Order: sequence, then structure tokens, then C-alpha cells
Amino acid sequence: MAESMLKVRDLSMRFGGLLAVNGVSLDVEEREIISVIGPNGAGKTTVFNCISGFYTPTGGNINYKGQEIHALADYKISRLGMVRTFQHVRLFSQMTVIENLLVAQHRHVNTNLLSGLFKTPSYRKKEQKSIDRAVYWLKKVNLLEFANRDAGNLAYGQQRRLEIARCMVTEPGLLMLDEPAAGLNPKETKELDELIVSLKEDYNVSILLIEHDMNLVMGISDRIYVINQGQPLASGTPDEIRANPDVIKAYLGEV
Amino acid sequence: MLETALYFIQQLLNGLTIGSTYALIAIGYTMVYGIIGMINFAHGEIYMIGTYISFIAISGLIPLLGIEYLPLILIITLAVSMFISSTYGWAIERIAYRPVRGGNRLIALISAIGMSIFLQNYVRIAQGSRDIAMPSLIQGGWSFGPPEGFQASLSYMQLFIFIATFITMGGLTLFIARSRMGRACRAVSEDMKMAGLLGINTNRIISLTFVIGAALAAVAGLLLGLYYGVTNPYIGFIAGLKAFTAAVLGGIGSIPGAMLGGLLLGVTESMTSAYFSSEYKDVVSFGLLILILLFRPTGLLGKPEVEKI
Repeated sequence: MAESMLKVRDLSMRFGGLLAVNGVSLDVEEREIISVIGPNGAGKTTVFNCISGFYTPTGGNINYKGQEIHALADYKISRLGMVRTFQHVRLFSQMTVIENLLVAQHRHVNTNLLSGLFKTPSYRKKEQKSIDRAVYWLKKVNLLEFANRDAGNLAYGQQRRLEIARCMVTEPGLLMLDEPAAGLNPKETKELDELIVSLKEDYNVSILLIEHDMNLVMGISDRIYVINQGQPLASGTPDEIRANPDVIKAYLGEV
Repeated sequence: MLETALYFIQQLLNGLTIGSTYALIAIGYTMVYGIIGMINFAHGEIYMIGTYISFIAISGLIPLLGIEYLPLILIITLAVSMFISSTYGWAIERIAYRPVRGGNRLIALISAIGMSIFLQNYVRIAQGSRDIAMPSLIQGGWSFGPPEGFQASLSYMQLFIFIATFITMGGLTLFIARSRMGRACRAVSEDMKMAGLLGINTNRIISLTFVIGAALAAVAGLLLGLYYGVTNPYIGFIAGLKAFTAAVLGGIGSIPGAMLGGLLLGVTESMTSAYFSSEYKDVVSFGLLILILLFRPTGLLGKPEVEKI
């Protein structure tokens, strides 16, 4: 069997005396939607932060496409093709919508300072390509008409979509979404649902998802990992998880 | 009546001359603050080093090359001075700031002050502590007004300062607003961590900021060196403080703010000297700094920092 795209083994993260994550392992294969669920404070976001390079984990290892990444600088991790969103929107709110998408392609226009100053033909061509890609994704998430507006002035649901578009212009292999449906209304959640599935189906992206909206999670996930109090509790298909007594207990308490 | 007006215009011109160079130095403070949130107290020393490099280039390199055409002399001096000063700016960040970044802000501040003292004494030992006279390359000017009364004058040197500052600032504004690197600078200054997670090498952008700031300080170094005709190892300290005041006045972190703050401070100083007493000009500038910090800490063009929820 081929190696998993993302392989996390025995991940642990200690903050002083607090062991926030202990012994979490997970795998993500190509073109898979994987959800991480668990009660509030279970350590889901900490797992995310470790994988995406936001924190340096205190134990375990993380392997992406055969490369150890737990000690790499953040920008190198994203250049390998892993990119994430946060629980709260983190757009560059003082930049325009399209600039948000252009700046995320910074590394694609890999030119030196001089060719940028003199706008050489190859620089122009690459810059044009970035603009084309940005426009494509703005159309895809229905934000083209707002292209020149400051990102901070968009409505909340639009900001969420822009964040996903911003991740997608980096052409990731693995997209990590931290509670993308938080604060969205049912209609927006349904659109998000369709968007996420389309990212997998049409763009061959694997998705690692933290989400509280169980309809969304159960509807789109290929597999689910449950974390409770920093420890792995269960994993399996949505049906297996739904039927797992330990999971029900963790969510509802002892009955 | 005419005389009063001419006198006022003269003070305005003098103020704008000094002010535009303050603005050039202030941009270095404001850009670094905008990106890593620290005050680079060694920045004034970069300006001082800039005056020395200009001096060395004009009196050593140019005669060696046998160039006599004035614009060429200025361009070569400027290029050499910007390049070497930028190297200093880059090295300061690598040596004194990057290793302590992420720690307590006070540590970086102390490190900056240490760097400033080091550079001052290093130049003092290498070049001597006495004043060095800069050759006055640009002479002459225009005078306006009645031949028998008070005449306002605009020297070619002042005009050169205006033009050079205008071009430099215009270039910087375009760079920040339009270029790909400028875009990355804005992104890093808004959310460094996120920029990193999107694949921007934030360390390179920080280095770039120091390099640009130092290059602008070098421009100011050449301009003020030629204008005053003298330099010594200690001028960086007070110039740095003035430029810092200008940056705070305009709103630290804001580049247009630094430009406006510099001009405003320069005009305030020259007006104080003209209508009150030149001995009080520093009192007024730094009094202004205290007033701004008390009543409008975000400065004229600065935006209040919004807590992210």
C-alpha cells in the first residue's frame, strides 16, 4: 500500500504542565475529506496548529508526502502544499479582495527584486497568470464583483469564502479548515458543503476539517477522528462513529 | 507687509527642507515598526553612517575615478552610499534583532540601543570624533524680493533636496502599493503569521524593510551632509530622535504619516527658531512629542489598533 499523503504519529503538545494533546495519530490519503471532531476543549485546534506549523509539537512526528515537517518553518510547510484557515477569519483586511489572492501566490511569481522593478516580460507573464488564477477563484466563490473592495468590508460569509479561495490559489494538496461553518447561516453552510465537496472532486484536494456542525461532518466526510481530552477516542466512517458508544458518552456524558 | 510675507515664505522653505529629510529618516522607523512592532533605535546611526559614506565617496572615490560632471558625482555617491548603508541595515537586523525576536520587546529595545552605541563609537574610532567638512557641491540659488529690503532665497541645494526627496518617496509609495514585494510587505505587516502560512518568507520581507529604511536614511545622509556641510559621529542620535518624533507625529506604522510628520516637524522647528528663539526649537519638537503621546497616541494618520476577537 502506498504511503499516506499526511501521516501523523503520536503527536503530543505540552504547554508547561498541561498536556493538551497526547498520542494523536491520523492519516489523510489523496482526495479524502477527513474530519476531526470532539467536545469543546478536546484539543482539535491544537492538533491543527501543530500540523500546520503554527506550533512546534513537543512530541511525535508529522510526515507530509514523505517529508518530515514538524521542524520546518511555516512558509516552507505551505510551499509543500499544506495550507489552512483559522476559526476566526484572518484575511488581510486592509488589502483588497484580489490583493489577498495575489499575495497568497507570492511564491509562484518567483522572481528577484530587479525583474520586479523593471517589469521584465517573464515577470509580467507570471503576474498575469496570478491575476488570472485569482479571478478564476473569485468567480468560483462568487466574489468577483467585490474584487477591488477592501477585504475587511465584506460580509462574514463572504470573508469565509474568500479565505478558502485564498488557500486554493496556493494550489495546495491538503487544505485544512478550522470550523469553516462557524457563524454561517443554514443556506451558507449548504453552499460551503458543496464547495468543499467540489474542491475534492474537481481539484483533487484532500481536506482536513474541524467542525461542530454534525450535519456537515456526517454528510461529507470519508472518515472521522474523534478526540477527547487531548487523546484519540475513536476513528472510522461516519456510520461507525455515529454508532460508537464511547463517542456518544463523550458528547453526552454518562447516561 | 511684503517683507513679513517673504520672511514667512523663507521660514517655510527652510522648514520644508529640513522636514523632508526628517521624513526620509522617519520612514525607516515607521516601516520597521509597522512590520515587527519594534523601534529601531540604531536607525539614526545609519543616517550618520550615510553622511560618512557620502563624504568618503565624494572626497575619495570620485577624484579617483576622475569624474567632474556634477549630476554623475551625485548619482554615484548616492548609489554607493545607499548600497553600503543598506548592507549595514541588513546586518543590524541579522545580528542584533533577529536572534531576540519573539522574546520580550524590551530585549529588542535594549539590543537596539546597544547597537546604536556600538555604531557611534565604531565610527568615532574609525573616522575620529572631530567634525568633518563636506564639500559644498551645489552652490547658488534664486532670490526674490526688493533689492534693498529682505530677500527670500531658495538655494539650488534646497531645490535638490526637494526633488530628491520627492522622487524617493514617490518611488517608495509606488513600490509599496503596486509591486509584488510591496504587497507582501503589507501582508506581513498586517498579519505576519498568516503571511508565513501562505508561503511568504517573512524573514526576507523583514530584511527587505530594514534595507529600504537604511537606503532612505542614506539619501537623507547625503542631502543633509551637503546642506549643513559638516558631519560628526554624534549627529545620528539627535536626528534619530527627531525622525522618531516625526514618525510618531504622523502615526507610527503609517508611511504617508511619516512623510507628513517629517514635514510638519521641520516647519514647526523653523517657525519656532524664526519667531521665538532657535534655542527653543528642540523644546518645542519634543514637547510636541509628549503632547501627541498624551492626546493622540495614534498620531495624525495612524489607525487605532483594533483588538482582534
